[in-house]
Amino acid sequence: MREPSHSVTRRGLLAAPLAAGLTAPLAAPALGQQAPIRVGVLHSLSGTMAISETALRDTVLMMVEAQNAQGGLLGRRLEAVVVDPASNWPLFAEKARELLQISRVDVTFGCWTSVSRKSVLPVFEELNGLLFYPVQYEGEEESRNIFYTGAAPNQQAIPAVEYLLGADGGEAKRIALLGTDYVYPRTTNRILRGFLNSKGITDADILEEYTPFGHSDWQGIVARVKRFAGEGKKTAIVSTINGDANVPFYRELGNQGIRAEDIPCVAFSVGEEELAGIDTRPLVGHLAAWNYFMSVESPANTEFLTMWRNYIRNPRRVTNDPMEATLIGFKMWAQAVTAARGTGVDAVREALYGQKVAAPSGYEVEMHRNHHLSKPVMIGEIRADGQFDIVSRTPTAIVAENWSPFIPENANRRR
Amino acid sequence: MRPPPFRGAKKEAAELMPWFFLRGLAAALALLLFLAPARAQEYEALLPGLAGGFAQQAETVERLGLLGDPRAIPLLQAMADARLLRLADGSFAPQQGAAPPEGATLIRINNRVRGALRGALGRLQLVSPDPAERLRAADAILRNRSAADIPLIEAALARETQAPIRARLELALGGARLASEDVAVRRAGVAALGASASPEARGQLLAARAANAELLPEIEAAIAAIDRRLQLRRAAETVFQGLSLGSVLLLAALGLAITFGVMGVINMAHGEFVMLGAYTTVVVQEICRNIPELAPWSLPLAVPAAFLVTAAIGAAMERGLIRHLYGRPLETLLLTFGVGMILQQVVRLAFGAQNREVISPEWMMGTLLLSGGIAVTQNRLWIILFSLVVLLACFAAIRLTRFGLEMRAVVQNRRIAATMGIRTGRVDAMTFAFGSGLAGLAGVALSQIDNVSPNLGTGYIIDSFMVVVFGGVGSLMGTLIGAFTLGLLNKFLEPYAGVVLAKVAVLVGIMLFIQRRPKGLFALKGRAADQ
Repeated sequence: MREPSHSVTRRGLLAAPLAAGLTAPLAAPALGQQAPIRVGVLHSLSGTMAISETALRDTVLMMVEAQNAQGGLLGRRLEAVVVDPASNWPLFAEKARELLQISRVDVTFGCWTSVSRKSVLPVFEELNGLLFYPVQYEGEEESRNIFYTGAAPNQQAIPAVEYLLGADGGEAKRIALLGTDYVYPRTTNRILRGFLNSKGITDADILEEYTPFGHSDWQGIVARVKRFAGEGKKTAIVSTINGDANVPFYRELGNQGIRAEDIPCVAFSVGEEELAGIDTRPLVGHLAAWNYFMSVESPANTEFLTMWRNYIRNPRRVTNDPMEATLIGFKMWAQAVTAARGTGVDAVREALYGQKVAAPSGYEVEMHRNHHLSKPVMIGEIRADGQFDIVSRTPTAIVAENWSPFIPENANRRR
Repeated sequence: MRPPPFRGAKKEAAELMPWFFLRGLAAALALLLFLAPARAQEYEALLPGLAGGFAQQAETVERLGLLGDPRAIPLLQAMADARLLRLADGSFAPQQGAAPPEGATLIRINNRVRGALRGALGRLQLVSPDPAERLRAADAILRNRSAADIPLIEAALARETQAPIRARLELALGGARLASEDVAVRRAGVAALGASASPEARGQLLAARAANAELLPEIEAAIAAIDRRLQLRRAAETVFQGLSLGSVLLLAALGLAITFGVMGVINMAHGEFVMLGAYTTVVVQEICRNIPELAPWSLPLAVPAAFLVTAAIGAAMERGLIRHLYGRPLETLLLTFGVGMILQQVVRLAFGAQNREVISPEWMMGTLLLSGGIAVTQNRLWIILFSLVVLLACFAAIRLTRFGLEMRAVVQNRRIAATMGIRTGRVDAMTFAFGSGLAGLAGVALSQIDNVSPNLGTGYIIDSFMVVVFGGVGSLMGTLIGAFTLGLLNKFLEPYAGVVLAKVAVLVGIMLFIQRRPKGLFALKGRAADQ
């Protein structure tokens, strides 16, 4: 079948400068003469997370196509290898192993939920793979084999809650933390509890509730939040609900008449793509915190939108933050491969540090040695058309603190 | 204060209402003429603030609300609907049509401004001739909690004749008085709020505790009084939630009560029949979308469609596969499990792995306020009704029709039924089709509250078996009681244990119960039970 690509990579590494030297006087090297660079795509295309992850697969495929149209990388064509881990966390590890050992990919873009990332992490470390993880997450992690292009808690969760406590956010004095029951919401809420306590909000004014993935019966919880909010203090909801459980959750918020002026709900895993299937008219004013919104006005974003809609052949398709993070990760990887003149993981890793990209968010983002990006923080309010009005944004990009000062046992690991 | 003279005599009041408004309007107009020049100037001076930062916008809106110039109403309304434009010449106008004119910018707001807008519109619209608008205004002013509103509310109360608006205004007056400087006025406010059964009033009283040390005992008493009134309402709402969950369980389990309970087929593909019912709803809606006169009826139309589609697939499955395996439960289990996976994958190939959007008709959205202030969500209410209708239809089909008679005969004694001339094979197929069709009906209902995805059914298969086994295999009554017991139990445990633990607790409870009574709540008696 295929040649073992270890030798290909090694040969490729040696041959690349040579080939470049030889072909330089000629036209650009014809594509496809050398073994292609393989790009793994590890996103759930079915199950509860498909609502969020399918668009990320399409983003990677779009970037691969665009890169090939520009002549590939190092004169080699890119080839995407797509697998479907089906929202099944142990299957993520199996599929990661398959990508690294059988398909022999040079880089992988994948995962949404933290539990899936935790599941593939040992595989990528054992086989020295390279994973770009494009979603905001709880932090408390740093692997030499993973680059995190989403937000750490200090780039999303904490500024969002700070906004709710401020004058523009309604000066909330009580917070309901609602989440799906797994590692990301639990850790994030632990960090937020520490942060809220430091702001003088006691545990009596914090309600914490967890539900399983794909939960659909929200009436009890929403009624409970309503009651919690009716105790005389301004209340806000912080939602770390993930996946398609958001659809019935927002439907219930609308049905029970929870208006954003009274009880604003800020979500960390709900973007334009998730709202596309919901009637957002009753949800106007509820919030989301991200590092990018589709409504950002910047030349890079216009280019991103045009590219995406041309690729997907649908002039009404939306973009969102994890898609932007995927795009940033892909561009940085391509730049690093060019700089390292090869796809070897160790060389690319070194070359990635300090890479900069003019992101669609309108800011320049940079990869730091802690494997995280510096990113701007934006807070948006849901509009009637399912888009977001950006009501607050930081003046500059913020450096990630992946080890939160609010988790005492890990705080000393900060660099 | 002048009491409204025609309260009680409703008809007369209704006839005289226009008069009152004309008088009110005339008074307002006179006032306006008197104060016009100064007020108009202030109004003009305030307007540019609408285009400022959020803090400035909120303050401007607040002041426009207090100024009382009715010209502000359309502007503020447009602003709240995100339709207010700042034109090239610096003036403001609501957007007409789809695209804003050249040089105009849309005014963007946030929640803070939205809250201020609601309050200001409340103040301005309290004199509106439209009762619906006045009701909204009273609701909005209820949340202002500002002592500045006291004279405004008192004046509105003096004019108001409609009971629901009056009730809200009284409450709003109580709230506004609570914010007053004067202790006596505040005391009156506490009394007014304490006489209500409103969670809102309770919240205001709780919030007022810190600033009113001298009124603390009265406030505590008022809160306790409201709590007593609210207790019943909360219990009723929890019961409703339990009934709602129970109705979902009932719908999901009803088909299984036939295929598993009556025929004894362990049908692991039951969840997939539910899922197929939901997808039939999607298809019916898609078809109806192109035919305008059918569009509002798409959901009722989906009910028979889903029943027929799933029943046909069920009949085919029984004739083609299951009948060869009667009496071999293990093989049936494996076979139906496999069929379930095939059905999931077929749907995934045909419709994609992504969730499909289902439209809820208007009459299924929002909350219904029952007497006593009990709030129930409409979609859940309809599903409870639907589940009961389906159950009744099911009873009727089994007890009153020839098919039901034949079905019972075959279940009780297949050979004697056959000797009596009943075509047992045909009855088996029809019974299985009937059970599958019921699963399809569940799918129609679930499409309204859950995500329509190929995995929809897997979430309900365990629950369905649980309900059937708990209620007693073969007993429809048991399924009914079982479903509602589990639903209510779950919802009463949820506040104490959380969603995940409540479910665990219910499962443990069922395990213990089945240990004590292996045949469930309603065990079948007699010869049929021994088979």
